[in-house]
Amino acid sequence: MANLKTVSKKSKAQSMGMHTEVLTGRTQQKFFNPDEAENFYYFGTYDVDFNKRTDLDVKDMTAPEANKEIDNLMSQGYGTIVIKNPQGKHSLGVGILNKLNLIFEGSLGYFGMGSCDGPIVRINGRVGWSCAENLMAGKVVIEKNAGSCFGAAIRGGDLICKGSVGARTGIDMKGGTIIIGGDAGAFTGFMMQRGRIIILGDVGINLGDSMYDGTIFVGGEIGSYGSDAVDAELTKSDQDWLKRKLKVAEIGENFDVSKMKKIVAGKKLWNYDNLEPTEKKGAI
Amino acid sequence: MCGIAGLIHRGKSSNVGSELQGMLQALKHRGEDSTGYALYGDTDGKNFIMRFKVGENVGEGSSSIMEDVSVYDERKKIVDQTLAEMGAKVVKEERTLPYSLRYELDYNVKDLLEFSQRIESIPGVEILSMGKSLEVIKDLGNAKMVCDRYSLDKVVGTHAIGHARMATESGVDIKSAHPFWGYPFSDVSVVHNGQLTNYWNNRRVLENKGMRFMSECDSELIAVYIAEKMRDGATLEEGMKASLTGLDGVFTYFVATKDSLGMAKDTMAAKPLVLYESDDLVAMGSEEIAIRSVLPQEIDTYDPFDGEVKVWQI
Repeated sequence: MANLKTVSKKSKAQSMGMHTEVLTGRTQQKFFNPDEAENFYYFGTYDVDFNKRTDLDVKDMTAPEANKEIDNLMSQGYGTIVIKNPQGKHSLGVGILNKLNLIFEGSLGYFGMGSCDGPIVRINGRVGWSCAENLMAGKVVIEKNAGSCFGAAIRGGDLICKGSVGARTGIDMKGGTIIIGGDAGAFTGFMMQRGRIIILGDVGINLGDSMYDGTIFVGGEIGSYGSDAVDAELTKSDQDWLKRKLKVAEIGENFDVSKMKKIVAGKKLWNYDNLEPTEKKGAI
Repeated sequence: MCGIAGLIHRGKSSNVGSELQGMLQALKHRGEDSTGYALYGDTDGKNFIMRFKVGENVGEGSSSIMEDVSVYDERKKIVDQTLAEMGAKVVKEERTLPYSLRYELDYNVKDLLEFSQRIESIPGVEILSMGKSLEVIKDLGNAKMVCDRYSLDKVVGTHAIGHARMATESGVDIKSAHPFWGYPFSDVSVVHNGQLTNYWNNRRVLENKGMRFMSECDSELIAVYIAEKMRDGATLEEGMKASLTGLDGVFTYFVATKDSLGMAKDTMAAKPLVLYESDDLVAMGSEEIAIRSVLPQEIDTYDPFDGEVKVWQI
């Protein structure tokens, strides 16, 4: 547990009379240490057994009730949970920070599997807008199609849609990998900052618009390039990585990755050097 | 935010009133300032059905005013006189609410534009819909409230579109509620989710061409825009495709005619739409839960892409 200490040396802001309040209270922050990965856990998570399996019918439950019941089952050690009759409900499976096998027998509505860190999820149906938004780790596989803002702002993990996805896939993503078996809509990779997107089919207009960094691989036709999105050379290591990823994703195993296009940021929109002094000036 | 829903049965009729009520009620969290239905019922096709209002049901934020029932009675009398003068015979009359009426008219209408202009020249009177199959019913409240108020759950027909409204651009009243009739075209209706940013520019141009606007709701522009295109000889699909560049802003909208249902999505795909399509049924809505209310079993659905226009026939 991190300790909060009163800083004796005054910062510039404090010397100007700002931020002088004394920090008190406790923190529940835990910091990840790769050497202790096996023992790492979030506060409020559970030891689960993947061989302990149960079904949960959410037909007559609200999303909060269903999510609470998933948490309850994990607290009882269930490591494999099959959700029956999700019927397009919104916000199912959000905020799971546990290792868990979660299977949805049906489709999800908006914001499914948002802010998760660690579970392995299979959705035998479709997902609505903003699936797996802010995913941090784990794997989410969608067997059918997905709506817009698929994988918005994800930071890690693998997000796989075997069908087609809507507009703004991977918007603002900061890491991880998104893999699309079908087509993707307009503004794919809009303002992405890191991570990789693989699209085996066609993609709509304004691909990679205003992307800061990251890489997009496209197997089909591109509607148009967005501002500052440019072609890059597809290297041998790119191809090897693509083959590995597609194999893990269970799609496109026979796909000819050598013909894929690689799109990266041209970095002409980068203006950190100009902005930073201005911001400093504003702060002072 | 607003939610829209629509369905079309191909080759058969169904209880579209009840089905659409279920779809719109599932979307009530997207807005329940008002709810509207455009139902294409099974009729013999002989008479025109005119849905009209002689007053308002007014909610908070509206510029409309609530009036005394006696004013409504007076307006109704003038409508009856005007119809008689035009040679229109009222075959059946229903007055569900003091301000809301449904007439079946035996009338050989040559020009719906002239007919509508005469009726709507009566202060406080607005035709909600005119057609041989279409009936537009809209009022304040959520889908169930409006359905119960107007007994819509037993309406049988081939297709329907509807709208659950969260008022953002104009008042909470019936005149600003969706669906909008594609004036002056028989059996044309529109529902919309989004915002149009070149509303006033387009409105000025269309008014100069003789088109009529009843509200200041930006969504009405879509109905008028497409009606004007059709007046100039375009098909429904051509009119909808033209709207992708002619209308500026973010939108997903549905248009229905006597025998077809269409959807259009703007070029930024900013507004949601989920679609289910099979040989005998097309159902679509702002969210999948709307479709689930009529198809609870596992089905394949998808999001139409940006700039997509689709039209289905019954």
